Order: sequence, then C-alpha cells, then structure tokens
Amino acid sequence: MIRLENVHKAFGDNKVLQGMTLEIPKGSSMVIIGGSGTGKSVALKSILGLIKPDSGEILVDGKPADSGDRDAFLARFGMLFQGAALFDSLPVWQNVAFRLLRGSLKRPVEEAREIAIEKLRRVGLKADVADRLPAELSGGMQKRVGLARAIAAEPEIIFFDEPTTGLDPIMSGVINDLIREIVVEMGATAMTITHDMTSVRAIADNVAMLHAGVIQWTGPVAEMDQSGDPYMEQFIHGRAEGPIEAVR
Amino acid sequence: MSHPSPLSPLALLARLGQMVLGALGAVGRVAIFGLSTFSHMVRPPYYPREVLNALLQVGWLSLPVVGLTAIFTGGALALQIYAGGARFNAEAVVPQIVAIGMVRELGPVLVGLMIAARVTSSIAAEIATMKVTEQIDALVTLSTHPMKYLVAPRVLAALLTVPVLVGVGDIIGIMGGYVVATQNLGFNPAAYLKNTVDFLEARDIISSLVKGAAFGTIAATMGCYYGMQSGRGAQGVGRATKGSVEAAAVLILAANFVLTGVFFSL
Repeated sequence: MIRLENVHKAFGDNKVLQGMTLEIPKGSSMVIIGGSGTGKSVALKSILGLIKPDSGEILVDGKPADSGDRDAFLARFGMLFQGAALFDSLPVWQNVAFRLLRGSLKRPVEEAREIAIEKLRRVGLKADVADRLPAELSGGMQKRVGLARAIAAEPEIIFFDEPTTGLDPIMSGVINDLIREIVVEMGATAMTITHDMTSVRAIADNVAMLHAGVIQWTGPVAEMDQSGDPYMEQFIHGRAEGPIEAVR
Repeated sequence: MSHPSPLSPLALLARLGQMVLGALGAVGRVAIFGLSTFSHMVRPPYYPREVLNALLQVGWLSLPVVGLTAIFTGGALALQIYAGGARFNAEAVVPQIVAIGMVRELGPVLVGLMIAARVTSSIAAEIATMKVTEQIDALVTLSTHPMKYLVAPRVLAALLTVPVLVGVGDIIGIMGGYVVATQNLGFNPAAYLKNTVDFLEARDIISSLVKGAAFGTIAATMGCYYGMQSGRGAQGVGRATKGSVEAAAVLILAANFVLTGVFFSL
C-alpha cells in the first residue's frame, strides 16, 4: 500500500502540493486526474524520490519512502514516462532489459535479451524491433517499449505518467487495454496520472481528483459519475464554467 | 521604507556583493559536483562499457580535429618565428622555438580548446537533452545513478585521453613546423630534428601532459555540470551547451596560466 499524508511541495512561490493525502491499496489501480500544472507528476515523482517534498509523509507498505536501501526500494517500481524516456543510444532490447543488464537484478546477456523480447511480444511488438534504435520507432511503438521496460523486472508497483498523451485514439485504446491487462495479470499496484477520461474508465479501480494541491475527491471509478463533487463534474464533462478556472 | 537610488554607492555596493556571492556560490556548486564525480569514479558499481564508449568519443574521434589544428599551428609558428627572427638574425632558432612553443603552450591550450568546442558541447547537449526528455529520471527509477553512469565515465575518459591527444598534438605540431622549415625555409632535416630533441627537457613534456589531464578534466566536468543543470526545453539545452563551452574555455585558459606558473616560475 502507498500512502501520502499531508504532502507539501513548492517551487519558489509556486505551491504545487498543499497537503495532499491519498491512499492506494495494494494490488489496486489508482488514476489521478486533474488539470495541467496541478501537481500530478510532482506527486508521482515524490513517491519515487525524484523530488523531495517540503513536508508530509510518504509511506510504502508502512515504511517511509526515503528510508532504507534505495536500490531495493526502486527495484520494486516500474515506470512508464510521458515521452517514454527511452535511451537514444541503446537499441530497443537494451532499453527494455536495462535493469536486467546491471545492478542487483543483473542476468546473463542472452537471458536478458530473451526476457526483453518476451516483454516486447507482451506489449504487441515483434522481435525484429529489438535491434532497432528508439528514434526509428513511432510514438505509439515507443510507448509500448517504455511499457515493456516498466514491466521487464516484474515490479510490484507500476507508475504510468500520461500514458496516452500524443497518441491517436486507436493507439490510446491499445495502450489502455495493455495497461489494464498487465496490471491485472501481474497483480501489481498501479498509479496512473492522466487527463484522458477514456483512460480513466479503462484503467482505474479508483480515481482521485487533484486540484489546487489537494485531493478534492477520491472513490471507486464506478462512483465517479455520481460523485456530486463540482470539481469532478466539471473535469469529467470538460466544462469551462465551474470551480476550476479555465485560465490558469 | 524608501529604497536607495539604483545609482547610489550603497546600491552599487549591494549589486557588487550579490555578484560576488553569486560567483562564489557557482564556484562552490562546481567544486561539489567535481568532488562528487571523483567520488563516484572510485566507488562501485563501475560501467566499463560506458567508459569505453566515452574513450572512443573523447579520444579517438577527436584525433582528426586535434591533428589538423596542430599541424597548421606548427607550420604557421615556424613561418612566424622565421620572419620575426630574421629581424635580429635569429632565423636558426626556429626548431627550438617551435618545439618549446608547441609542447609548453600551444599544444595543450589548443587541444584543450578544441576539446572544449567538440567534447564539452557534445556532452552538455547530450546530457541536457536526456534531462529534458526525462531520461535522467528514467535512469534513477532503473536504480542507476546518473553521476556514475553518465558523468564519471566521461570525466574519466577525458582525464585519460586528453593527455594522449596533447602528446599527439605536440608531435604533429612539431612535424608541421618541420615540414614548413625543411620544405620552404631551407632548414636541414636532420639538424632540425636534432635541435628539436636536444632542446626539449623532461619538464616541458611533463607539463604538457599534466596540462592535458587538467584541461580534459575541466572540459568534461563542465559539459556534465551544465548538462545536469540544464533548464527546460530547447532553450535550456542551448543555454547549457553555450554556458558549458564558455566556462570550459575560460577555465582552461585560467588553469593554463596557473600551471605554467607552477611548472616554470619555480
């Protein structure tokens, strides 16, 4: 289980998180929605330790995220970045098997390559993609490679940062379905941040609405449409009028 | 409360103080970055493949530009010394002055500046782009420390290869002077080489190689530092690249002054 308790983070005068509290039960898929610049990515990066919160507590399975062996902590996570964040200089298979080629999870090269190709197949890519460079792939293929890399070491917790941004609706649907299938199949805890309501309905068990640095509403995805929360209603229906200012 | 006029002595003093504090802060950040780099260089895990790749990029692929710079500089130096020496009947000193000029000063400085132009800019742009596209964050989430994986191999490669490049540049520069002197200025080839070898001292060569190691370290460290500190977007990458080359070039020239003093003023 992941728990954020009264987390604050500011960049200069810009107060991004202002007391965010959220709980993500083990094995569930939580999707955080909210407008651009509301701190969704900051929350996610704070859990991973990529950003240090100013105050508050982040617990993973009851232990503070910033304590203990950092490598062992990070080995429990996989992450799909918004732009896939593939390493340009490495072929696709080495991107996927990056964690398996070095560090505590190191495997023999042949075995790591086999696992990479298997993971590429799992996300719908053929083995011949393995030796290509990321720059030779389309945006959708890069996202799939990023997804393959996120699941390569079979992590317990997977983060998805805007997984469908920049993709056409069909490819978005493919990625959403893959995320859902993989999370269920692996029994992983998933945390996704997105603006895309189609993704929310496809991926989420639970939804949280982040606005002005705090969670405005959270609950099961099935209750999202009847939440009665003005922030949720405005966001779901994409209205310009409501408590969320259209010009920010 | 009224603020002093921007041109008042107090306001000017305050601005001067801010600039000095800003400069000291920058020096401190670079020093901490450099110390951290060396600390990561000597502690496992090591990434030998990254070091080999950096050796290739920094050393081997810089050879053409270093060679061309050195040969033209050596040739021009021979022509200048011959023309200048003729004013007081000292044309015969061409081999000695070309050798000492190339080995003590021009070889290390020009190679250092070429490395700043070629390697520092490339490292800064590459790392800055990785930062902007979240590849650095991705490295961290994959349990790989960016200082170990990106910075330490590049600085180590520059520390090892730039002295070699300086040595090669010194030899090619001297050969440039040799070709011009023997083909255009009527010097005897054997006498030219003998004068060159006889005149150079071990201290000249050691200073040249030490300068190479220092300049290589400065060039790679500045590239990595500015890359890691890069701002967002294309403008951030551009600023990081420009800043890294400016800082590396100025620091190389400053370090050259200091090292020349250390080797030849004592």
